Order: sequence, then structure tokens, then C-alpha cells
Amino acid sequence: MATADHIDTDEVLGVRGLTVTYGAVTALRDLSIEVRRGEVVALLGANGAGKSTMLRTISGVVRPRAGEVRLEGDRIDGLRPSQIVARGVAHSPEGRRLFGSLTVAENLRLGAAQRRDRENVEADRERLYDLFPILRERSQQQSGTLSGGEQQMVALSRALMARPRLLLLDEPSLGIAPLIVQQIFASLAELKETGVTMLLVEQNINVALGLADRAYVLRTGEISLEGPAADLKRNYEEVAAAYLGVRR
Amino acid sequence: MNMGLYIVQQGINAVSLGSLYALVAIGLSMVFGILRMTNFAHGDMMMVGAFGTLLINAAGAPFWLAALCGVAVGAAAGVIVERLAYRPVRGAPDVTLLLTSLAVTYILENLGILIFSSSPRNFPIPDIMNSAIQLAGGQITFTAINVVTIALTVAALALLGWFVTRTDVGLGMRAAAEDLGAAQMVGLDVDRLIVVAFAIASAFAGLAGVLWAAQSGIVEPDMGFTPLLKAFVAAIVGGFGSISGALVGGYVLGALEILIVAFLPSSVSPYRDAIVFGLLIVFLLFKPNGLMNRPQEVKL
Repeated sequence: MATADHIDTDEVLGVRGLTVTYGAVTALRDLSIEVRRGEVVALLGANGAGKSTMLRTISGVVRPRAGEVRLEGDRIDGLRPSQIVARGVAHSPEGRRLFGSLTVAENLRLGAAQRRDRENVEADRERLYDLFPILRERSQQQSGTLSGGEQQMVALSRALMARPRLLLLDEPSLGIAPLIVQQIFASLAELKETGVTMLLVEQNINVALGLADRAYVLRTGEISLEGPAADLKRNYEEVAAAYLGVRR
Repeated sequence: MNMGLYIVQQGINAVSLGSLYALVAIGLSMVFGILRMTNFAHGDMMMVGAFGTLLINAAGAPFWLAALCGVAVGAAAGVIVERLAYRPVRGAPDVTLLLTSLAVTYILENLGILIFSSSPRNFPIPDIMNSAIQLAGGQITFTAINVVTIALTVAALALLGWFVTRTDVGLGMRAAAEDLGAAQMVGLDVDRLIVVAFAIASAFAGLAGVLWAAQSGIVEPDMGFTPLLKAFVAAIVGGFGSISGALVGGYVLGALEILIVAFLPSSVSPYRDAIVFGLLIVFLLFKPNGLMNRPQEVKL
């Protein structure tokens, strides 16, 4: 259902006035962000700032108390997670959350669970194996036996198997060796070139701002700073201050 | 009597008994694997399956067809219970789910008493099922129902094995059992997977109920209670939540019970159940993840 009040064909994700509470705790307060087609937007902030809650609300795992989430103009808040995936939002969750006893290939197959175009699934898998060749080698191995970096590649690939219009990435650098982080972010840059729209949650400000076009800095459930990634990168102190809430 | 033949004889008894425990334990473990909930009403699907068979047979259907329908009725009852009782409280604290399943047990058993009265009824098995099969000049004796029990269990297990390893829905069920939240985020329709799990689990319990009734010759409303407790022990011994664990646990328990009755002094036999439940305590204390499970990861 397209809305008359806000017609913007380039907006992939539109979050407006989002408030999320856990019991008495307010995790997000009247928060609005948008992600435009082909953009990579980073969501920065300290632990507990509400970054993951934001992603979990977009993918329907958490229900918002107020506000709306729109995907290409259509409201998706209130839909079930499986319906939201079917609409084209894939979520690579924090801590990877692989199915460790299943093989790499099985994990990828599950990522395509909501796909209608069965005939293209295999070709997509091959393309991801080209992006991460180590996964082709390990395709029949239990994913739980892989290294952290390899597991992150599986998590990423599993999300991409849904052929998303919007990819939600939660801390892809978490617990991974710096060299592998670089490799993963290089692959993400390649994906960005192909036009994949991403909303990226990261603690690692440097790599996040290196990839992103724009960024929001979150602090205790509210946006404390936003702007083009290049500007924020130049003004590192301001970002750090926004993290911690120090007034300068 | 020849000791070797005696062991073969008791081995057949053990496999037959173990099959029933395995059938019930697998369903219990399957539901626990996905929902982290002990479904105490699971044993009542045995009663539903057996009474379903009895009624459909009485209505004129041949026994085998009635039994097949009875299993289907058991499966349907499990799905209905999930929809009406468990889904509304999903996500509530564990103790709520536990109490809900106990309530369902009481409702189903009392419904059974209301409809069929609490006195046992004869189960209408065909005569051929009771015919004795003798081997080694009569030194090994078992009935056709033992053979049917073992054969149907093996067939059901093979079908289940094929389902969970070779189909997309089966793959989804394994994923959901491992991490329900991640399964949801990947886009699996978790509600549907839970319905499938209850249908399969309850069909297995229904089958166990028909076979149990066929072996004992009677049906009664609380017939599922003791097998449920035994299946619970079997599932814990094998590793709660694991299908292969429940299978192993079922046969270990069957073998143990026959061992106690057949090979220990007859003065020990009355303590069979005490020993079985003692085993449960030992496992809970020293090997809570069971024989087949890896240690649980903490999920946030």
C-alpha cells in the first residue's frame, strides 16, 4: 500500500517516530532514519545504545510501541518476521547465529527459505561461493566447526541468499581477527558496488565509516549525530563525543 | 534351557518394548527441541490414538484401516492442542508452559473418563496378531504383535530420518530446534514448523498407543501416563531435544527393564520402575546432556 503523504521511490527503508520498550526500559525513543536505494548506512553507538534493537524491530522480531517502519513505501511493522524476509529484508544477526550442526550448504539453503524463484537459488549460491571461495571448499562441513571469520562469511551469505532489497548487518566484525575483518569489509564493498542496500550496525567506527555513505550515531535510544560518512570520518572527536554524550 | 536362546528371546522382548519407548520419547524430544517445553500431554495422544482406533473399528472399519485413522486422529489432536493451548502462551515463562501442558493432560484424561468411563476396555485386535511364533523348537516364542511393533517402528523411524535429512521442511525443523530465534530471522515460518513437529510427534505417540493397546489388549484413559514418564527418562538419558538421543534412550530403557526382569533375581523385579527412575536422577546429576547431546550453548 503506497501512501500519498510520502512518495519517494528511492527510499528503501523509512523508519519514523519509532519507540521500542522492553518492560519499563525504553530502548528506542521516537527515532527516525532512512536508507536510500544503493546506500550503505551505518548505525554507530556504544553498547546498549539500541542499535541491535533497531535491526530487530525492522526485521519484525521485536514489536515497536509506536512509530512505523516502511519498506519501499509499504508499512512492514506488524508483519511476522517470515513475511518481512519475504518482502526483501534479510538480517545477518549479531553473533552470527548459524545453525552450527548443519552444513554450510544447508545454512545457505535455509537463507533462501522465502524465495519463490527456486530456479535461481543455485546460481546465487555459486555467486556467493565465488565471493567467498573458502565456503565452497567447506560447503559440506558443519558450520559450527568453522573459524569465526568463516562463520561470518556464512552468516553474510545466508542473508544474501534471500536476495534482499535491504540487508541488515549486525556487527559483522565482532570477535573476528583484524585481517579477516578487512577481508569481509572488502567483500561488502564489492557487494555495495553491485547495488546492495545495507544498514550496518558496527562498534568498529573506522571500518564502518570506510564502507558507509552516511551514518547515524545512537546514544541511549536517540540519534545524537548524523551525517555523511566522509564528514564524520574527518571529525572523529565529534563522533566519539556523540558516543559518550559529552558536550563540547 | 539354552542360555543363548534365552538371551535371543529376551532381546526380542527388549527391542519390542524399547520401540514403544522410542516412539513416545522421539515426539517428546522433538517438541522440546523446538519449544524448550516438556509436553506432559504427549502421553495422552497414545490414549487418543488407541480410542480413535477402537471407535472407528466399532463403526465398521477393518482393524488396519481403523488403526491408521487412529494414528491420524492422534496427530490431529496434537495439532489442535498446540493451536488452542500452547500457542497462546508461547513466549511466556517456562513454568507457564509446563503448567499448561499439565492442565491439558488433566483435561484430556478426564474427557476420556467422561466419554469412555475409567474402566478398561478390550482392544479389538485381530486374532492373527496374537498368534504365537515359535523358533528353535519352541524355545523362542513371541507373538505377531511383537514383530509388527518392531517393523512399524523401524518403518516410522526410517520415514522420519528421510524427512528431517532430505526435505526442506525437515531441514527447517532441525534449524528451528537449534536456534528458534535465528530460524525466525532467516525467514522460516516458525508457526508452521511447530505445527509439523506436533503433528509428527503426536502421530508417533498415536502409533505407540495403538501398539501398546494391542500388546496389553486393553485401552483406558490414563494409559499414556506411565509410558510418558518412561519416555521422559528415555529422552533425558539420550539427551533431551535430540531425536537420535531419544531413539537410543528408548532402546536403552527397554533393554534395561528386560534385563532387570529377566536376568536379575526375581526379588529385584518389583523395583523395576524404581531403578528406571533412579537412572533418571543419576543422569540428571552426572550427565544432564544425555548420551548423544553436546553440552548446551548459552543462547542470548
